[in-house]
Amino acid sequence: MSRAPARRRRASPLWPALAAPGTLWILALFAVPFYAVAAVAFGYTDPVFNAPVPEWDPRYWDLTAFGEILQRSLSGDLRPVFLRTLLYVGVSLALCVLVGYPVAYYLARHAGRRRGLLLALVLAPWWINYITRMLAWLNLLQDDGYVNDLLLASHLVAEPVRWLSGNPYTVVLALAYGYIPFFIVPLFSTLGRVDERLLEAARDLGCSGRRAFWHVTLPLSRHGLMTASAVTALPMFGDYYTNTLVSGSPTTTMVANQIEFYLLGGSRKELGASLVLLLSALLMALMAYYLIASGRAERELT
Amino acid sequence: MILPLPENPSTGDRGDHRTGRSRPRENPPARSRPAENPPARSRSPRRRSARRRPIVLATLTWLYVAWSLLPVLIAIQFSFNAGKSRSSWQGFSLRWYAGDPNSVAADPSLRLALANSLILAVLTTLVATPLGVALALGLARWRGRTSRTANGLMLLPLATPEIVMGSALYLVFTNLYLFVPLGRPAQVLGHVTLSVSYVVVIVRSRLASIGEEYESAARDLGAGRVAALRLVVFPLLTPAIFAGAMIVFASSMDDFVISSFLSPDASSVTVPIKLYSAVRNAPSPALNALATLLLAGSALALALAWLVLRRRGASDALKQMAPM
Repeated sequence: MSRAPARRRRASPLWPALAAPGTLWILALFAVPFYAVAAVAFGYTDPVFNAPVPEWDPRYWDLTAFGEILQRSLSGDLRPVFLRTLLYVGVSLALCVLVGYPVAYYLARHAGRRRGLLLALVLAPWWINYITRMLAWLNLLQDDGYVNDLLLASHLVAEPVRWLSGNPYTVVLALAYGYIPFFIVPLFSTLGRVDERLLEAARDLGCSGRRAFWHVTLPLSRHGLMTASAVTALPMFGDYYTNTLVSGSPTTTMVANQIEFYLLGGSRKELGASLVLLLSALLMALMAYYLIASGRAERELT
Repeated sequence: MILPLPENPSTGDRGDHRTGRSRPRENPPARSRPAENPPARSRSPRRRSARRRPIVLATLTWLYVAWSLLPVLIAIQFSFNAGKSRSSWQGFSLRWYAGDPNSVAADPSLRLALANSLILAVLTTLVATPLGVALALGLARWRGRTSRTANGLMLLPLATPEIVMGSALYLVFTNLYLFVPLGRPAQVLGHVTLSVSYVVVIVRSRLASIGEEYESAARDLGAGRVAALRLVVFPLLTPAIFAGAMIVFASSMDDFVISSFLSPDASSVTVPIKLYSAVRNAPSPALNALATLLLAGSALALALAWLVLRRRGASDALKQMAPM
C-alpha cells in the first residue's frame, strides 16, 4: 500500500521540473563558460586588431597558443613558476597538517566543556572576509609593525625584517594562515566520528595512548585528512591575491598570478586561457578525489 | 570564505552534526571514562600520558585560536586609531568612520564599495536560494540517469578553484554572452553560480534527515503533491533554507576573485576589491574601518540567523551553518 504512492511519486514530472532551472543555470554558467575557455585558448589572434578571436568549432581549433604555454611550462620561463607554486602549496599544506591536525584532534576528543566556545572560535575565520584577514597581517608585518617591534624587543633580530617585499616565507605563512580553517573543519568532523570503543579496545589490548593513536585514530582519519588536504590545496593552487598582497614581487609569482596577468592585464588572452586549461588538467585528479569523497559522504547519509 | 568557502559542505557538515558531534559528546563520558580510568589509575605511566597530552594539545589549540583571531582584532583596533598610522596606536577616535575627508562616510569610493557589496549579496541571495531549494528538492526525489548527471554537475562548482571559475565566467561574458554587461549583472550571475551548490547541499542533507514519511502521510491524507510540499515539507525545511540563504549572503560578501574578474571599472568595485587594490597603494586606517564594517555586517547576519533559528528550536540547522 505504501509502495504504490512511492512509485507514483518518483514518476512525477514535478521533480525534474523543479531540478530543471538550477541544472540549466549550472550548464549555462558553469559548463558553457568552461567551453569558452577552450574556445579562446584554441582560437587565434586577429592580426589587424591584435585581439583574441575565440574558435567555437572544435574542427578548427588551433593549438599554437596551448603548445607555446606547454613548451614554456616544461622547459621555459613558466617552469620555475609551476615548481614554485608546487613548493609553496606543499609547504603551506604541511603547515596546515602540523597545526591543524592537533587542533582538530583536540576539538574532537578532549575539548570537554569548552568545546562549544572553542568550535565557535575556530570557525570564526570562516565568517571573516579573506582579504580582511590578509589586511590584518599587512598591518602587523610592516617594517615598523607589531611583529617587528616584538622581534626587535626580544633581540631576535638586529634590524626590522622586510616581510612584505618578495619574502617567500611570508607568502607560505600567509597561504597557511588563509586556508587552515578549511583544513581543520572537515578533519574535525572525521575525527569526531572515530568510534571511542575502538580506542578503548586498543588500550585494553595493551596499546599505549601513542600507539593507539598511530594504529587506530590515524588510519581511521585518513579519508578526512585526504579530503581536508584536497579542500585546502585546491584554492591554494588558484590563489593569486594572497601573493600579490603580501609580496607583489615577481620572485614569488605563482601560476594563478600568471593567469591573472595574461587574462586581465595583457592582450594575449589565449595564453591566459591555455594556462587555465593546463592548471585545470593538473588539478583534475584532486578535484576528482574531492568529488568522489563528497559523493561517498552523501551516499553514507542517504 | 571562499572558496572556497566553503568548500567541504557535503563532507564536512553532515558528519559532525549527525554523528560526530552528538555521539562522542553524549556517549563517551558515560561509557568510555569508567572503562578508561581504572586501568589508568592502576598504572601510573599510562595515566600521566593520558593526562599530559591534552595539556600540550590544549595549549596548541588556544595558541592557534590566538594566531588566527588576534591579527583581525588588532586590525579592528586600528580602525579606531586617532592617527594615520596602522602600526602605532595614537589614541581612540572615530575619524576613519566619519568626519575625516578620507573616512568611510566621506569618501565616495568607499561608500560605493560598501553599497555594491551589500546590493550584490542581497540580489545573489534572492536568486540563489529559491534556485537551490528547487534543485535540492528535484534532485532528492527524482531518480534516473539524468538526475545523477545533474547531481555531479551540481557538485562541480564546489571543487573548482575560484580562479578557474572566474576566468571562465570572464571569458564567456566577453565572448559569448555579450548581452550580459560586465559589472553588477555579470557579478550576480557569477555569485549565484558559485553559491547555489551550498544551498543544494544544506537543503538536501536536511531533506534526508526529515525522510519521506511526513510527506507520504500528507499524501495519504489526500494532499496533492504541491500541497504536501507547501504544507509539510517547506515548514520542516525552513531552518535549512534560512541557513543556506545566510551562507549565500556571506559567501557573496566574501568573494573577491569572481567579483574582481567581472568588474570592468570603478563603478562595480566591491569591498574586497577596494581593500585589495587600495591596501598597497593608498593604505589608511579608513580601509580598516571599511573592513570592520564588512565584518560587522557578517556578524549581524550571523547573530540574526542565530536568534531566528534558536527561537525555532532548530539547532541542527545552526550546526549546518557552522562548518561552511
